[in-house]
Amino acid sequence: MDAPTIASEPVELGSKAVGRPGAGHPRTGPSPLMAVPALVFFGVFALLPLGGVVVLSLMRWDGIGDPSWTGFGNWVTTLSDPATYHAIWLSLQVMVVSWLFQTPVSLLLGVLLAGRGRYRAVLGVLYFLPLLLSAAAIAIAFKALLDPNFGMSRAFGVAALSQDWLGDPTLALYVVIFVIGWQFIPFHTLLYQAGVRQIPRQLYEAAEIDGAGRVRQFLSITLPQLRYTIITSSTLMLVGSLTYFDLVFVLTGGGPGDATRFLPLDMYLNGFSNNDMGRASTLAVLLVVAGLALSLGLARLAGFQRGSQLEGA
Amino acid sequence: MRARPNVPAGIAGFVWLVIVLVPVYYIVVTSLRDQRGFYDANPLAIPANPTLSNYDLVLRNDFLRYFLNSAVVTLGTVAITVAVSLTAAYYVVRGRTRFSGVTYNAFLLGLAIPLQATIIPIYYLITRAHLYDTLLAVILPSVAFAIPLSVVILANFLRDVPNELFESMRVDGAGHWRMLVSLVLPLVKPAVVTVAVYDGLNVWNGFLFPLILTQSSDQRVLPMALWAFQGQFRVNIPAVLAAVLLSTLPVLALYILGRRQLVTGLTAGFGK
Repeated sequence: MDAPTIASEPVELGSKAVGRPGAGHPRTGPSPLMAVPALVFFGVFALLPLGGVVVLSLMRWDGIGDPSWTGFGNWVTTLSDPATYHAIWLSLQVMVVSWLFQTPVSLLLGVLLAGRGRYRAVLGVLYFLPLLLSAAAIAIAFKALLDPNFGMSRAFGVAALSQDWLGDPTLALYVVIFVIGWQFIPFHTLLYQAGVRQIPRQLYEAAEIDGAGRVRQFLSITLPQLRYTIITSSTLMLVGSLTYFDLVFVLTGGGPGDATRFLPLDMYLNGFSNNDMGRASTLAVLLVVAGLALSLGLARLAGFQRGSQLEGA
Repeated sequence: MRARPNVPAGIAGFVWLVIVLVPVYYIVVTSLRDQRGFYDANPLAIPANPTLSNYDLVLRNDFLRYFLNSAVVTLGTVAITVAVSLTAAYYVVRGRTRFSGVTYNAFLLGLAIPLQATIIPIYYLITRAHLYDTLLAVILPSVAFAIPLSVVILANFLRDVPNELFESMRVDGAGHWRMLVSLVLPLVKPAVVTVAVYDGLNVWNGFLFPLILTQSSDQRVLPMALWAFQGQFRVNIPAVLAAVLLSTLPVLALYILGRRQLVTGLTAGFGK
């Protein structure tokens, strides 16, 4: 470890060594051993499985015995099965509709909560309650609440509310998206609240003097100032929507039929219910590729904008 | 701008408040209803004869054991994660070699690994290591997936510690471990709390690892218990919702006692 240290910082080392000959303790950086435990955990239970899933996608395995090679057999099965494309199509729908639903709501609530004042603080306390509940708990509560016989259909006596929310295939998809929003909007509201609070107040004061109205201020100051928050929040939403599992698993189990059998659920059911781990691994690989492509693409988009902004400044 | 009330935002805020509160209120009132009340009464009315019998039923069905399992898994994961992430973050920030940069980038990239996609190889590893159906089986991968974000947050925080402080301790002859314990630890305490809360909440509410890595009721954690109760009590929704409420109590207590830390922890520095 000594050699690179000297090579990389010769000047600093020289001057300090002369100035304090007795300082004694190593000019060297800390030992890499300090990072080893974290790297081992991360390597064995995150990186290794990431590579392992590619290997397993080329194997036949029932989850109990020993895996055996099968080449591209699983891939052929997966890619020729319409169920795969159905799952991908559902996941895409969830991704887009969730984003369209969650972003405006979180943005508006974030702006609302960013102001100071007592009633806003109280609102904040209540808004963030969903964050405390587990996905299993949320799914169980909504399942009961949406029950056509004993749920809220009976509470208000409004005909429009008495639907078989989770029994109708088209409806179920949107209900699931709504419940996902219920779970995650508070988190994104927090992000936007923090983002809005960082906008310099002078910008609004100047706009006020120029006679800009509230809508104008929102469009010309708040939105552009929030662009990094929007990118962060959108990245988390879009990539996250590839991984919604627990909530859907408990709420619908993929049903009715396969109306809510999203990609991760399709993967789980193939692997752990049908004992076809090889095929499940191919779906997992698809998930990884889609997730990485999406986050790298969005990071690039963000980086590009950041770069051009620096040039302007 | 501050003076005029924002009417559209106010209305939107109120509508969302109702949407948030109805399910929460529903959980509370239903858990206090008896079975007959559940079938007969308006589901959102205040129960005519509130009862704690559902809670009693849940507590008599091994709830405390599941609670304890969840506590072990959560505390174990958080303790290991914080310990290994803090030393790794120290190495990443104070390290002078190329390897420390590589390490940081590895964790940064690790943020993009979707946990869901790794469950099959993890299941393979855990069964081959004969750890299947133990709490340790849940802890190990939970730690692994908590590490990247924890290291990144702690490292970002550590970078703000002025170099002079390290220098003056160095003059006193302190080694890296002593600097870590007596200089870094007190200074980064807020970041440690953030990391602990975020990881702790994720693990307390985590569902997928327990689902694939445990089986017996001895090793059952709370989210799995809720799911199992749903099958076991089937028609007794009030009891299931009582279990839901009980499983949320520790988090709720944290929310009431340290709301600010919890909320900061929830966004884990994303809002920074």
